[in-house]
Amino acid sequence: MQANDKVGIVIVSHSSDVARGTADMVRQMVGGDVPLGFCGGNPDGGLGTDVAKILKAIDEAWSDKGVAILVDLGGAETNSEMAVEMLAPERQGKVVICNAPIVEGAVMAATEAWGGASLEDVRRTAEELSPQ
Amino acid sequence: MNNWKSSSVVIRHAVGLHARPSVKLTKLAKTFAGAVQIAESPDGPWIDAKSIVKVMAMKAKQDSTLYLRASGGDAATALDALVTLVERNCDEDRAHAASG
Repeated sequence: MQANDKVGIVIVSHSSDVARGTADMVRQMVGGDVPLGFCGGNPDGGLGTDVAKILKAIDEAWSDKGVAILVDLGGAETNSEMAVEMLAPERQGKVVICNAPIVEGAVMAATEAWGGASLEDVRRTAEELSPQ
Repeated sequence: MNNWKSSSVVIRHAVGLHARPSVKLTKLAKTFAGAVQIAESPDGPWIDAKSIVKVMAMKAKQDSTLYLRASGGDAATALDALVTLVERNCDEDRAHAASG
């Protein structure tokens, strides 16, 4: 909950290994100054995503400048949308889900966030990668 | 913005300006107030060195020359720092040694 001058990044994958590996790449390539949260897998440890885990990851990465979420497949996006809807109303407007590949998007978004960019600029940078 | 200072440096790193060096170059470029641009030819096209997506998409190769230009009050400092970073192989030798 501490104030941070950098947008936070959240990684939501169906696989806890993919989520952790993507977070490792962000940490090693961009560094530790960007608030980062990640989660993967369902509550039983299998493949899937879980709203409660996503909420926790958003909380870990929270920044008053906002949080950009990177997701992999379908359920990761719908569960992330559900998690955003469950946030306190004053937080909801500060969270976006990026339409970008999860690994590349996370590294690009974190690099942009590192420089102090706005949430909208962070999202645009991640989404620049997607085919137009 | 058209009062550019220019420099150039040869990329010696074995894999060129790949993912990790691109992030380092972009992060460094972002620390300067003025515009910083890079190109593979002295005639351009010039791309924004503060844009990670554009720098990574450039895929500058080993032994190619990277042209840099910067504007603003800290232009000279910016060029100096960026050239030094590329000359140091973006500190990748150490990173590679560490990762075996």
